[in-house]
Amino acid sequence: MEVKVLKNILNANNQIAEQNRRLLAEKSILAVNVMSSPGAGKTTLMLRTAEELEDKARIAVIEGDVSSSLDTEKLVQAGVTAIQINTDGGCHLDAGMVNSALQNLPLDELDIVFIENVGNLICPGEFELGEHLKVVISSTPEGEDKPHKYPLLFTIADAIVVNKTDLIPHVSFDMDSFSRVAKGLNKRAALFEVCGITGEGIGEWGAWIMDNLGKMRAEAGNK
Amino acid sequence: MHEMAITRSMLDIVLEEAAKSGSGRVTMINVVLGEMSGVVDTCVQFYFDFMSKDTPAEGAELNFRKMPKQAKCRKCGSVFSPTDIFWSCDKCGSMEIEVTAGNELYVESIEVE
Repeated sequence: MEVKVLKNILNANNQIAEQNRRLLAEKSILAVNVMSSPGAGKTTLMLRTAEELEDKARIAVIEGDVSSSLDTEKLVQAGVTAIQINTDGGCHLDAGMVNSALQNLPLDELDIVFIENVGNLICPGEFELGEHLKVVISSTPEGEDKPHKYPLLFTIADAIVVNKTDLIPHVSFDMDSFSRVAKGLNKRAALFEVCGITGEGIGEWGAWIMDNLGKMRAEAGNK
Repeated sequence: MHEMAITRSMLDIVLEEAAKSGSGRVTMINVVLGEMSGVVDTCVQFYFDFMSKDTPAEGAELNFRKMPKQAKCRKCGSVFSPTDIFWSCDKCGSMEIEVTAGNELYVESIEVE
């Protein structure tokens, strides 16, 4: 006997993502899913972003790693509210993990939650977390071919951030080629060139985040 | 390796539907898989073989129907299968295209007995 099913395999995850979305909306919090390969500079960018937005918004970071709490310790030491998720081998964060982390954050005292996904350019793209924005970071030492090789993340991103611009003179990285491919895959994404160490480009990146917070709240107000 | 989580979700759906139908055993699972879904079918099969052990779905055949990627040009309306990495319209060359198929990932039906 044949039984018709027609159910999206990611339904269970998407339903929890929807719960996260509702919780975030209720608290008027902007959530940003930050994805990149390991070592692209996600945590350093989070530290810089926290500095940049210090007087503008109250932020927290959800740190996703396979193991350890090193990144959370770095952030907490710098005075940033942060919470660690260890996936114990899992290659991505899912909506349920983010839901537990959100339950443990002081949501009434926050404007923006950054979700630093597990370093991986493939799997995190498949799992909705209930975020408003997806951001992919690509660092210059990785080479300009990453959008060619891992198109999914670059296709779904709302912003593409090229990090470690200070290393361009020392590594083989062709910014024009990177931008051409990234823009070809995804015309609507904002493109930022930043350096988490020197602070280059962080102003524009921070302004984009604040702009999106404003837009999200204006839209919520119109409902 | 996100196929592990995907296989788990797939198996949950299959077992729930099988229980609802009141049947004892699942013999076939028909899955629709978009070419761009990022899911590797052999990997799902690998996880399924051990995750389904001692469940009514143990030994069921997994049948994957692959959906090719398809895009539509927002400028001229041409529908085509993008092969080029730059994803430009094959008719007018515009890069303003939307993906219309290729991201599918769902259980279409199951065979039970």
